[in-house]
Amino acid sequence: MVLKGKVHKFGDNISTDHIAPGRLFHLRTNLPELAKHVLEDADPEFAGKVRPGDIVAGGRNFGLGSSREHAPRIIKLAGVSCVLAKSFARIFYRNAINVGLPALEVNTDEFSAGDELEIDLNKGVITDVTKGKKLAAMPMPPVMLKIIEDGGIVEHIKKHGDFAL
Amino acid sequence: MGRTITEKIFSEHLGRNVAAGELVVLPVDVAMVQDGTGPLTVQELEKMNISRVVNPKTRILFIDHASPSPRKELSNAHIMLRKFAKKTGVVLSESGDGVCHQRLVEDFVNPGQIVVGADSHTCTGGALGAFATGMGSTDVALAFALGKTWFRTPQTMRFVLKGRLPEGSSAKDVILHVIGKISAEGASYKAMEFTGDGAEALDIESRFTIANMAIEAGGKTGLFATDGETERYLKSRGRGKEFRKIESDADAHFETTLEFDLRSIEPTVSFPHTVDNIKTAREAEAEGIGLDQVVIGTCTNGRMSDLRTAAKILKSQKVHPDVRLIVIPASREIYLDAMKEGLLKIFVESGASILAPGCGPCVGVHQGILGDGEKALSTQNRNFQGRMGNPEGFIFLSSPATAAASAIAGKIVDPRKYM
Repeated sequence: MVLKGKVHKFGDNISTDHIAPGRLFHLRTNLPELAKHVLEDADPEFAGKVRPGDIVAGGRNFGLGSSREHAPRIIKLAGVSCVLAKSFARIFYRNAINVGLPALEVNTDEFSAGDELEIDLNKGVITDVTKGKKLAAMPMPPVMLKIIEDGGIVEHIKKHGDFAL
Repeated sequence: MGRTITEKIFSEHLGRNVAAGELVVLPVDVAMVQDGTGPLTVQELEKMNISRVVNPKTRILFIDHASPSPRKELSNAHIMLRKFAKKTGVVLSESGDGVCHQRLVEDFVNPGQIVVGADSHTCTGGALGAFATGMGSTDVALAFALGKTWFRTPQTMRFVLKGRLPEGSSAKDVILHVIGKISAEGASYKAMEFTGDGAEALDIESRFTIANMAIEAGGKTGLFATDGETERYLKSRGRGKEFRKIESDADAHFETTLEFDLRSIEPTVSFPHTVDNIKTAREAEAEGIGLDQVVIGTCTNGRMSDLRTAAKILKSQKVHPDVRLIVIPASREIYLDAMKEGLLKIFVESGASILAPGCGPCVGVHQGILGDGEKALSTQNRNFQGRMGNPEGFIFLSSPATAAASAIAGKIVDPRKYM
């Protein structure tokens, strides 16, 4: 699977409260509406400028905090094709895989905001087209790739009738 | 080679030996969602056309994050959960019954079990020697529907606590100190096991407070070996027969071992906007940080011992006129016990507002949202930007003692001279 898009940069410790704020708790049953506020407390402009295929790049410990799956779901709903970070909080990472949002660990300092990236998920190779540079990300474990390829854990279960890990 | 608590629980559930690093699909003993994550779980099950739940008596829906509901969208989400409970026979814990994690340890979680919850602080159950961890709504939907889920068996970080806590310091100060030391991702994906004579000396409520915050260091769960204190607690809850000894073998493999001398733990405060941003209460006091709101309660510190500590400090005192004090018992039972002991009277006389058992303002949904630029000191577990409903607010975290003393002082203080 190869993904292409423009990168949006964020800092370290972007929490699920930055991504899907608690004050918008009442929108949790209305994800398209919640997605209009995605990452609002980290960058109030983000939801307005993100385009289909774009890529979110955080620093360390991206997605720390709540188990709210709404966080990766609204990132995906906003059109983001992949989330990159130096490291992920594990509940967020697991949720991202479950909802079919690819997440890769890589040194995101290498990219500048606005760079065009090309991501080969299977190889874990990221090409910064703007800078003409290739980077090796930590490849996603085969089990997680399989879930992503199936379109998320629900589709995975539907397809295989059980966990086929 | 010996095994850790996690490896033992996983091995038992799988019927063969499991070691850290292995990917396994395991049966789930207890699974729960709350009103923030539950509607998505119900929607996913409906999408899969699943209307039957495996073991409904140990599958629980909690209405605690927005209880009583502050707006119609949330009231409608609650209706969805109530209908689902009626249809499937799962347990419903209603508005006012209490915070999910407190209710779980009171009535559902037992040693050696696997517990998953669509709430990150599900790790609280590890204080009873269960493998308890937070997951997303869909993961828990699968645990409802299929009775199992997948895990990567985590490595264990061992935290050896030595000695006894000094007067004025409590479990909250210990866990804030530990997280300050290892950082908010210091235990990422690991099981955190607390052991040593200092851990053994902690009462069960202190262990709940510490296990609750394992996730704040990125931990998958926070674990304590079971012992006489665990057994005493289970007996007091009518589950004495569920007690069993569970502990790591002496020759188990721990990824790391860190030692902490409890004698040196001072009252500690976490500064905005990350939990690992800690200073001693003494240092915080020197900075003269004025407060607008103080919160005592939540799944971290809303238990009887917490309320007793706070009441002792607040007795015959008045909350500072610039401060709004909010007190929230963590469950209906705690509310009643605090009422019987006269603690609620002390709080109300001091100037506090008492809220119905639940999460209170900790998720920023209702009841204590901060105004722009306001500062709050809370006994909750998180101080992320926006957590109390306003990204322009500032949240400091502390023990109930520090919170109570600071409510009187109108600024963050070291509680020791108020005790």
